[in-house]
Amino acid sequence: MSDTRVARQQDAMLVRINDLHYARGTRKILKGINIDIPRGKITTIMGPSGCGKTTLLRLIGGQLRPSQGGVTIADQNVHALNNTDLYQLRKRMGMLFQSGALFTHLSVFENVAFPLREHTNLSESLIRALVLMKLQAVGLRGARRLMPAELSGGMARRVALARAIALDPMIMMYDEPFTGQDPITVGVIMQLIRLLNDSLGMTSIIVSHDVQEVCAISDRLYMISDGYVVGEGGPDQLKQSDSGWVRQFMNALPDGPVPFHYPAPSYAQDLLQGLD
Amino acid sequence: MLDWLQNIGQAGLRVFQRLGHATLFMLQILVSIPVLFRHPRLLIHELYSVGVLSLAIIVISGLTVGMVLGLQMYNTLVDFGTEDSLGPVVALSLVRELGPVLTALLFSGRAGSALTAEIGLMKATDQLSVMEMMAVDPLKRVVVPRYMAGVISMPLLAAMFSAVGILGSYMVGVGMLGVDDGAFWSQMQDKVMLDEDVLNGVIKSIVFGMAASWIAVFEGYDAVPTTEGVSRATTRTVVHTAFAVLGLDFVLTAIMFGDQ
Repeated sequence: MSDTRVARQQDAMLVRINDLHYARGTRKILKGINIDIPRGKITTIMGPSGCGKTTLLRLIGGQLRPSQGGVTIADQNVHALNNTDLYQLRKRMGMLFQSGALFTHLSVFENVAFPLREHTNLSESLIRALVLMKLQAVGLRGARRLMPAELSGGMARRVALARAIALDPMIMMYDEPFTGQDPITVGVIMQLIRLLNDSLGMTSIIVSHDVQEVCAISDRLYMISDGYVVGEGGPDQLKQSDSGWVRQFMNALPDGPVPFHYPAPSYAQDLLQGLD
Repeated sequence: MLDWLQNIGQAGLRVFQRLGHATLFMLQILVSIPVLFRHPRLLIHELYSVGVLSLAIIVISGLTVGMVLGLQMYNTLVDFGTEDSLGPVVALSLVRELGPVLTALLFSGRAGSALTAEIGLMKATDQLSVMEMMAVDPLKRVVVPRYMAGVISMPLLAAMFSAVGILGSYMVGVGMLGVDDGAFWSQMQDKVMLDEDVLNGVIKSIVFGMAASWIAVFEGYDAVPTTEGVSRATTRTVVHTAFAVLGLDFVLTAIMFGDQ
């Protein structure tokens, strides 16, 4: 492969995760993850609950430190940055938390205005215009005076999305955006993710275990299980994969490489012990 | 026996580890205090919720304590024919000891526990994490204004407690029990020294304010982000503050009044 082609390919990758290890205490969660996330695309990281998907997002955002390996965003090694540079990088990143994480003491308007007030010196009228534009994009301009406690789960997530895109980030990370939502809200969020990604020229990273939804909107998928990447490719490639891990996950099979039973001693032995 | 010793050793290590963590946290707070000059509104908002909203409990408690003190002291002093000394006795008790100590204990129950619960719940609901991801330091935005509001409010609340307490003892002593009005105030003016008694009381209340606010914000920030974790952290705030205030009170009293 020519040098120019290699350079162009590297340039196409906005986020590079290289041999990433992470352990919590003695428990190893990630055991050498390699993921490349292309610029301007929607990349989804899938995997069963508790496999370290959210941990991976926090590692990308620099909120956690890996025990080995690293994450590079736009040629910057996230975990080698000092605090000031890390905060500069985070101004160009948005994250939608699973819970929405709205500030409960602020109204919808003030929640969306929060990053603008913190990081810009814009006039009040300009902040108002920008907040209304972001709320219009998620369809909640009319709810700007409501408090977070007055919002449904889906509305709260859309407000959190408007807040996350307030500074027009280059990367948007979504942590389980569809979990616990009704089908209409799921459809709305799916549409918003695709629309915002394409219209704002962002790069989106989704962490989810909702197979149908992510297959419908993602350009590329990675599957994580037991701390390793066990499958990668486009939605169709993953659906036809021979890997037992991938097949069990994609077809929602109750048993397979991810066992139904939590590790335990022999069932008969356990029952007989109780007869003493 | 060995297990028992091992458990004690581990518990001791955990205590020192946490103390070290809390000390580093405190240093970070102190370094970050200048941020309040750029965002004074954050401090004003917290002064309202920490200080102004604690006024009711401080005033009512101060009045009650003062009235009880007046009654109890009068019954003792009258046996020796020195009931005219009621004013200075009550004032010295309040200004030197009861004002700062009781205010700190009430402060921890009303405002300290609220600070811990608020910060702990913000952590449990990812509000602190989302701030970090928005490149806003939660220590500067959330912790420092609350800590400084506690430090500033405490001496003011203690002064209020002592003033209202003296008023309460005046109502009981002069109003109900017939102590001479002039003697009550003039003896108080004669015996209570600004540079010794009042100033030392103010120093105590500032030290208690620093300790109570430090414990409250640290427990909230360090809370396990679950319902049970926040609940335990809130309890720890009240218990640890009580121990810290009573311990510090003894040390400060020994330093200030030990050689008299």
